[in-house]
Amino acid sequence: MPTATKTVAVTGNQAVAEALRQINPDVVPAYPITPSTDIVQRFSEFVNNGEVDTEMILVESEHSAMSAAIGASAAGGRVATATSSQGMALMWEMLFIASGYRLPIFMALVNRALSAPLNIHGDHSDGMGMRDSGWIQLWSENAQEAYDNMVMAPRIAEHMDVRLPIIVCLDGFIISHSIESMKYLPDEEVKKFVGEFAQLNPLLDTDNPKSIGALVLPDYYMEHKRAQHEAMLKVKKVVQDVSAEFAKLSGRKYEIFETYRLEDAEVVLVSLNSAAGTIKDEIDRYRDKGIKAGLLKPRLFRPFPYEEVGAALKNAKAVCVMDRADSFGGYGPMFMEIASALYPHKGPVLFNKIYGLGGRDLMPLDVDQVIDETVEVAKTGKVKMVKEYITVRN
Amino acid sequence: MKQMNWKELPHAGTILDAGNAHTYKTGSWRSLKPRWIEENCIQCLFCWIYCPDSSVMVKDEKMTGFDYDHCKGCGVCAMECPGKKGAKAIVMEEEGK
Ligand code: SF4
Ligand code: SF4
Repeated sequence: MPTATKTVAVTGNQAVAEALRQINPDVVPAYPITPSTDIVQRFSEFVNNGEVDTEMILVESEHSAMSAAIGASAAGGRVATATSSQGMALMWEMLFIASGYRLPIFMALVNRALSAPLNIHGDHSDGMGMRDSGWIQLWSENAQEAYDNMVMAPRIAEHMDVRLPIIVCLDGFIISHSIESMKYLPDEEVKKFVGEFAQLNPLLDTDNPKSIGALVLPDYYMEHKRAQHEAMLKVKKVVQDVSAEFAKLSGRKYEIFETYRLEDAEVVLVSLNSAAGTIKDEIDRYRDKGIKAGLLKPRLFRPFPYEEVGAALKNAKAVCVMDRADSFGGYGPMFMEIASALYPHKGPVLFNKIYGLGGRDLMPLDVDQVIDETVEVAKTGKVKMVKEYITVRN
Repeated sequence: MKQMNWKELPHAGTILDAGNAHTYKTGSWRSLKPRWIEENCIQCLFCWIYCPDSSVMVKDEKMTGFDYDHCKGCGVCAMECPGKKGAKAIVMEEEGK
């Protein structure tokens, strides 16, 4: 039986800040940056008002924020932070250290474009840029999913099979600053769900002195990385288990990816985060016209569930992967994953659209054009251009 | 020493046995070797303070020689050594000579 929940009208940032308040981390080191500023600002009010027991560390840069997070986590604390775009880019060096030390830090990433040109609006360049840093990635369509993912994040990161840092992505402005109706869980339920955190080998256990961060030469480096790879292999099952437990608590069921009218779909779009909402509406319209359209929306992007995604897409005729980030000189970052997932199958014809960079809107008519083209590709089996920009002036 | 495989590594590679660098012998990295000339030594212990590898052995507050299992032959001790009346108490010599 799902517990009593409170329906509220809040922004995505507010929802994430509320999740963090309920989790009540030991330490939050932060250097606010648009559009994630609001999360940290609200959280600092919770600290100021004594609503959390968190020690907040205001630092001079995101590099320092992640460094402080690493120190606090290694010391033994439960640690959270939030960032966006350039902030994420500045953290980059330290991200690998957090994952290499197997520190279960959790962080909100409010997705925003990277400079240049300078832009503060939403796209996925920051999240895609850090995808190989050893962090678990959960992506969220709306405020509800961002809140739910954040509540689940510590449970996943801190699981003894995993012990890896985790990031929860939500679209800058489109979700972070728009007000939506959603449901909060009661404080005591979240507290019970996330439980207590006990760091393995905390540095502050000074009776048992230990060292982290030693130099590791070619004779041992690969063994360390192989062990890290093993932890990543265990993440999928933990995400599934934690999500199942969360479903019992909240009534909201999450899989490692979401499918929308995908079962018998012949033309399929793949998209992350907020664009999926618009795409679902358009899929309904095309279904009404008798076109078998469907959507696959990844949630767990690192580790990427290749086998499951491949199995879910293999019967489609044509799949258009929509990337809100470019990998310059390559196909879109998600296209590469979907193509990898499908390589064992004699699967659908694939193509790739880059959309929505720097906060460029994706309107229902834009989605219709993509579906129309996918229908055409399904019919002819031919792709004009594997990767092309849409919503761009030609 | 038998090398651990990836399953045997401690979680996150944390070193749980404090000070175990002692069992990791670095002396073979050396191409120059410090030699102590005891009659020139004034026991100032500069060498002990400056050695970056804790390879100057001291007993009862007196310099007694080098730990060649760990000394990497950097020559810092020889450089810092004041010696007696301008005669160094540590000289660096090529290994294998
Ligand atoms: S040569 Fe370098 S490592 Fe060796 S004893 Fe002197 S200072 Fe220490
Ligand atoms: S620095 Fe030279 S003089 Fe001083 S204790 Fe060492 S060897 Fe002796």
